[in-house]
Amino acid sequence: MADAQPMVPPLMIPQEREGSRPFVQVMHDWIVTVDHKRLGIMYFSYGILALVVGGIEASIMRAQLAVANNNLVSPEVFNRLFTMHGTTMIFFAAMPIVFGIANYLTPLMIGARDMAFPRLNAWGFWMTALGGILLYFSFVGGFGLYGAGSAPDVGWFAYAPLTSPAFSVGHSTDYWIIGLLISGFGSIATGLNIMTTVLCMRGPGMKLSRMPMLVWLNSVMAFLVLVAIGPLTAAQLMLLIDRYLGGHFFDTQAGGSAVIWMHFFWIFGHPEVYILVLPAFGILSEVIPVFSRKPIFGYNIMVAATIAIGFISLSVWAHHMFTVGMTSYANAFFVASTAAIAVPTGIKIFNWIGTMWGGKITFTTAMLFSVAAVAQMLIAGLTGIMLASAPFDWQLGNSYFVIAHFHYVILGVIVFGVFSAAYYWYPKVTGRMMSETLGKWHFWLFLIGFHVTFDFMHIPGILGMPRRIYTYEASRGWETWNLIVSIGVIFQALAVLIWVFNVIRSSYKGKIAGSDPWDAWTLEWSTTSPPPDYNYAELPVVRSRRPLWDLKHPEDPDWKYE
Amino acid sequence: MASATITVPQSDMPLSANLRGKVGMWCLIVAESAIFSIFVVAYLYYAGKSISGPTPAQVLDVPYFASICLFSSSLTIWLAEGAVHRGNIKQFGLFWFVTLALGVIFLVETGREWYRLIYHEGLTISTNLFGTTYYSLVGLHAFHVTVGAIGLTTILLFTLFGGVKQEHAERISVFGMYWHFVDAIWVVVLSVVYFITR
Repeated sequence: MADAQPMVPPLMIPQEREGSRPFVQVMHDWIVTVDHKRLGIMYFSYGILALVVGGIEASIMRAQLAVANNNLVSPEVFNRLFTMHGTTMIFFAAMPIVFGIANYLTPLMIGARDMAFPRLNAWGFWMTALGGILLYFSFVGGFGLYGAGSAPDVGWFAYAPLTSPAFSVGHSTDYWIIGLLISGFGSIATGLNIMTTVLCMRGPGMKLSRMPMLVWLNSVMAFLVLVAIGPLTAAQLMLLIDRYLGGHFFDTQAGGSAVIWMHFFWIFGHPEVYILVLPAFGILSEVIPVFSRKPIFGYNIMVAATIAIGFISLSVWAHHMFTVGMTSYANAFFVASTAAIAVPTGIKIFNWIGTMWGGKITFTTAMLFSVAAVAQMLIAGLTGIMLASAPFDWQLGNSYFVIAHFHYVILGVIVFGVFSAAYYWYPKVTGRMMSETLGKWHFWLFLIGFHVTFDFMHIPGILGMPRRIYTYEASRGWETWNLIVSIGVIFQALAVLIWVFNVIRSSYKGKIAGSDPWDAWTLEWSTTSPPPDYNYAELPVVRSRRPLWDLKHPEDPDWKYE
Repeated sequence: MASATITVPQSDMPLSANLRGKVGMWCLIVAESAIFSIFVVAYLYYAGKSISGPTPAQVLDVPYFASICLFSSSLTIWLAEGAVHRGNIKQFGLFWFVTLALGVIFLVETGREWYRLIYHEGLTISTNLFGTTYYSLVGLHAFHVTVGAIGLTTILLFTLFGGVKQEHAERISVFGMYWHFVDAIWVVVLSVVYFITR
C-alpha cells in the first residue's frame, strides 16, 4: 500500500509550468502570495538564510577562540559578532523556521485549505523579514559608515544599563530594538493565526483529540507566542522611551532598576525556548512513529505533558538570574519550577522510546536525526537540571557550561529536529526525494561535529571560562578544549553545505516521490506532492488519529479501537 | 479509495470557520494583555520609588468624567452591535456615532490632563520615575483608544455611504470586542494609577 492513491483525487486544473513564465512574473507571484504553503517555504528559506549567516558569525568567533591570545578579530567586533549571532539565530533563524514548518503543515494536517487569515499570514512573514533586514542594516546605518560603531554589541539579551544612551552611543542598539519589535509584531500575527486555524479550520471529523501531535505542539507554541512576545514588545518600548524620551525605566541613577529589565526580558526569554523546542518535539512525534511503524505511544499523556510544559514554562524565567542575587524565596521558587518542568519533558522522552520499543525501525536520514535529537534532549535536560540548582548555577552561571547547555538544546534538539523535518517533508514540498546517501553523510558529519563542539564545550566552562570573552591567556588550561571545540565547527559547516547541496540537487534530480513515500498516516500525505494550491479538492473526513491508515487498511481501521 | 463511503455526523464538525474573527480577536486580546501587564507591573513596581517630585498624590486628579464616558461607550457599542444584528442600520449608525464621540471625549480629556500636568505641574516623561511610568502606561492605553477611534471612524464612514449591512454584524462584533477590551484595560489602569498607588 506504499503507493496508495491520493485519498481524494485533486481536481486537475491545467497549470502553466513555472519555468515557462518570465522570471519577473514568478517573483511577483511569490511576493504577493497569501498561500500558506508558499509562505511556509518563504519562512523556512528565510530562516535557513539567517541560519547560515548566524553560523558564519559563530564560525568567526570559534576561529578567534581556537587559540589563546588570538587577535583575528578585535574585541569590539567580537562583541558585535556574539550579539548578532544570538539575535539572528533566535529571532531570524529558529523562529522563522518553526513558523515555516507550522505554516506549511498545519492546514494540510488538519484538512483545511489555508490558514484562518491568509493575508495576515503574509503580513506576519513580511514583518519578520523587515525586522531582520533592519537588524542587518545596522551594519550600514548604525553610524557604521562614520566609524562610530556598527551593529549592536550589547548581547542578545541586552542587559541594562549597557543599553542606555550613555553607554550605547549611536543607533546600533536602536536597530536591535526596532528590528525585534517589528519581527515581534509578525510573530504575534503568526501565533494568532496558527491558534485560530487550529481552533476554527479543522476539517470534518478532525476533533482536537484526533489532531496530529505536531499540530498539538504547534498550537501550544502559538499560545506561548501570544503570551510571551508581548513582554518583549513592552520591554523594548520601555527601552525606546528610555533612549529617546529620557525615561528612567532602567536608569538606576533616577531610581530605576536594571534588574527589572532582566525580569522582563526573561519572562519572554524562557518561554521563547519552548516556542522553539515544542515544534521540534512535534516533529519527533511525527517522524518516530512512522519509521517505527507504530502509532505514537501515549498520545493523551503527550498532549497533557505538552500543555504542562506550556504553563510551567511561564514560571521559570528567573533561573536565568540566580547569579543576580535574588531573595532565597525567589531562588527556591525558581529552582522548584525549573526542576518541575523536567517532569513533562521526561515523559516525552519515555513516550518516544515507548514508540520505538518493539517497533520495526527503519533508519532513514529523517529517523536518524530524530533519534539523535531524543538522545541529545536527555543530555541537554540533565545539564539543565544541574543548572536549575541555584548553588550549582552560582558556580557556573555565565560560563561556557551554560553556553554548552543551551546549544545542546538549540542545536541538539531544535536543529536536529528541523533537519529531520527537512528530510521527512521534503518529498511533500517538492515532489521529489532527497538523496539518502548525501543525507547519511550530512547526518554523521553533523553528529560528529555537534558532539566534538558541544560535548567538549562543557569542560572549559567547568574550568572557569566565562562566556563572551574575546580571548584568553594561554596559562588557564583552556587552550586544548577550545581548539577541539573549534575543530568541531568544521564538521558542522561541511555537513550543512552537503545538506544545502542535497536540497538544491534533489529538487531537480531527486527520485519522484509520489504522494505518500513513507507510508505515513497523517492527512498531508493523502494529497499530491506538492499539494495543489487548494490542498484538498474535497475536504477529507477523519475518524481516527491516523486517517490515512484507516483508508489504506479498511479491514482494520484505527477508529474501531479509539 | 473508499473515502466517499465514509460519512460523518455534522456534530463531529469542529468549531465553525465563521467564528474565526472572534477567536483571532481573543488571541490578539491575550497578546495585548501581556503587553499591558508588563507596563502595569512596571508602574506598580516603581510606585513611590521616584527620587524627586512631583508625586501622584500632588498632581493627579481622578478623571471621573472621562472614565464615565469611556465606560458608557462600551454600552453604546453593545447597543450598536445589537442594532446591526437586527438589521436596523439607522439605529446602528446613531449608537456608533455616540460611541465614537464618547471615545473622542475620553481622548480630549486625556489630552487636557496631560497639558495641565506638563505645563502647570511640570511633570514630563523624563521628570522622574512616576512621569516615565505614568505617561507610558496611560499613553499606551490612549494609543489603543486612538486606534479604536480610527476604526470607529472608518466604520462610521462606511455606514454613512451605505456600506454597512446586516451581514456585516459578525465583523462589527469582532471590532466591538476590541473596544470592550480597551475599556476593560482602563478599569485596570484607572484603579492602579488613580486609586491604588495615589
